[in-house]
Amino acid sequence: MFDNLSQRLQQTVAQLTGKGRLTEDNIQEALRNVRIALLEADVALPVVKDFLETVKSRAIGAEITQTLNPGQAFIKVVSDELTALMGTANSTLNLKAQPPVVILMAGLQGSGKTTTAAKLAKLLIDQEKKTVMLVSCDVYRPAAIKQLETLALQLNTPFFASHSHEDPATIAKAALTAASNQGCDVLIVDTAGRLHIDTDMMQEIKTLHGVMQPTETLFVVDSMTGQDAANTAKAFNDALPLTGVILTKTDGDARGGAALSIRQITGKPIKFIGVGEKIDALEAFHPDRMANRILGMGDVLTLVEEAKRKIDEKQAQKVAKKIQKGQFDLQDFRDQLKQMQDMGGMGSLLKKLPMGLKLPQSAVDDKMFVQFTAMIDSMTLQERRYPALIKGSRKIRIAQGSGTQVPDVNRMLKQFMQMEKMLKKFNKKGSMKNMMRQMQGMMPPGGMPGGLPPF
Amino acid sequence: MFGFMRKKEEAVSEEQKPGLFSRLKQSLTKTRQQFTIALSQSLLGSQVSDAEFLETIETQLLMADVGVAASEKIVAHLISARAKQTTQDAPHLQEVLNTALVDILKPCEQALKISAHKPYVILMVGINGAGKTTTIGKLAKHLQAEGKKVMLAAGDTFRAAAIEQLSVWGERNQIPVISGVQGGDSAAIIFDALQAAKARDMDVVIADTAGRLHTQQHLMAELAKIKRVIGKFDSHAPHEVLLVLDAGSGQNAMQQAKQFQAATDVSGIVLTKLDGTAKGGIVFALAEELKLPIRFLGVGEAIDDLRAFNAEDFVAALFEDK
Repeated sequence: MFDNLSQRLQQTVAQLTGKGRLTEDNIQEALRNVRIALLEADVALPVVKDFLETVKSRAIGAEITQTLNPGQAFIKVVSDELTALMGTANSTLNLKAQPPVVILMAGLQGSGKTTTAAKLAKLLIDQEKKTVMLVSCDVYRPAAIKQLETLALQLNTPFFASHSHEDPATIAKAALTAASNQGCDVLIVDTAGRLHIDTDMMQEIKTLHGVMQPTETLFVVDSMTGQDAANTAKAFNDALPLTGVILTKTDGDARGGAALSIRQITGKPIKFIGVGEKIDALEAFHPDRMANRILGMGDVLTLVEEAKRKIDEKQAQKVAKKIQKGQFDLQDFRDQLKQMQDMGGMGSLLKKLPMGLKLPQSAVDDKMFVQFTAMIDSMTLQERRYPALIKGSRKIRIAQGSGTQVPDVNRMLKQFMQMEKMLKKFNKKGSMKNMMRQMQGMMPPGGMPGGLPPF
Repeated sequence: MFGFMRKKEEAVSEEQKPGLFSRLKQSLTKTRQQFTIALSQSLLGSQVSDAEFLETIETQLLMADVGVAASEKIVAHLISARAKQTTQDAPHLQEVLNTALVDILKPCEQALKISAHKPYVILMVGINGAGKTTTIGKLAKHLQAEGKKVMLAAGDTFRAAAIEQLSVWGERNQIPVISGVQGGDSAAIIFDALQAAKARDMDVVIADTAGRLHTQQHLMAELAKIKRVIGKFDSHAPHEVLLVLDAGSGQNAMQQAKQFQAATDVSGIVLTKLDGTAKGGIVFALAEELKLPIRFLGVGEAIDDLRAFNAEDFVAALFEDK
């Protein structure tokens, strides 16, 4: 399924290639593909519909630049909108209140509240150097209190003991007093899982919230949740003034579309994601990563972004002019190598391409780029300008200066000459535009933008 | 414990002990309402265009987690049915839709039959938080009601207090629970339980396992090992491997089912948490692709909130008017 989705979106890119600009007509099929992708990722249907409307209006007439073909431009709009909807990155917890700061956990049964409560405690202890007390108000599920106690013991952090015949609000109040007396910075309150349509249980957690006045009220939700995420998120958000969301079990292979539904419906930030069984498996939330995961695009979008940002347009133009005049020299060659490396090297570039576009790792050798750069750095300006000067003794000097051997230098010069030849050939055929087009054809599909010589 | 009893008593007195079928329908009320509204809107007015009608149906199916492929298939079926018919009356089309949905689920309607093997071994598997332990508690009660002597094996040695949780269910049902220590070897404990069950002439052993994500290969391998070890005790065992699925889960449930099936030869599904607004529509895709029997539905937290699966009831409860 993963492959299918990626392929579907790749198709979208391909179908739009060659189109001058995005219009209502030519993006129909692309929008349909995105709709399927989002639904397969479990984004709630009403959210999908809203989202597609936004994308449609943004995509029509979107700028098609030299670095992005129409397909890429469309995917970029989708990705940008998705990321924007996901909210800002790394929303942290608000701990700036009178201690003990209360954190209330809420959610459905089996979403992972208790485990997450312990993980959160661990994070606050390790990263924020806080003293954290844990308390369970889950008097319903058998051994739920014992579960949190065991976890608190593992963390060696204070635990307020409670019993299943007690009233949740009474437990919480007593825990607050205890945390205050013991000088704890934070009190994390675990609660029973409850259905959003269970009015008694929802009233119970409202009462709990009223009594505790928590600084943070976190909605804990399973990343594998389907369409129902929209209903539950709305009900919990209506009942409680949520301050954030924690998405659990993201170490599975669900696309996590629930994240988008919840974010859209509650408007509350997703603060953390659970990433594994271990007690330290809790991470900050990155909207862009989640957006990509939902779309199943690998990091192809990151690549599009990076290419756009890091390539200095002016320099690219300068090089282009030189090529046109047949003046491409070693210095330009070096600049191109440098740009590739700024983007994380060839290996990293290829890794970011989605599945199905894998090239053998041996096809690219980043080390070679480093060597080439070192050799050119060991040359005089004159040598760089006129490579023909480089003969026997110069080669020895360059090899010594760059920590390489003479055959290496020869190989580099050969490569440069091949490239020069190829560029001249392009030049003869006609305009710069023509060459760009040809080069794009040589690039992996959906991959690198124009402006880079083909290595 | 006391809290639980209190809650249960309240639940019973409020509902005046509803019958099995009405209880299921009640738990599916939300689903039904949504479908009904949509259907009456699209079907009552005969002026509604084909496109509108089909889109409404598709929308409802998608929002029930039926999934894109299965929804499209059902809609395509409706299109061809609509093309054939002369009158476009609502009841008829609803019938067509009902029939189409029942046809998909009907093959999955196979009740769990405890064979003469003694002890009959049921292995419970599923991801974290799906409801394995709670289902075991309910299933034990169900089998006891059939006159079986049931024993539980606390095979979840990973999660904190999982053993205690199962023990509480054992107490409630007044049945023995064989357990080891947390962090112990799950397969060994289950093996011990099987020996104990044989010695004590038990009819059924239900073995709990730790929840695990289907993507964790080492944990799936552990599960396969548990199954192998059970097989050493009795080459026919486990006689039933029940995959517990949360009705609220989305399209990923398919991956879950496939991976668990690959690791342990799942022989039946229990769909839990149908008492919320979750629709469990993923069963349509599961039924088509994996054809696994759906043994039970979980419709609440109380000890007797477990229902046998019936395709007609399931579909009828989706559409029936109040």
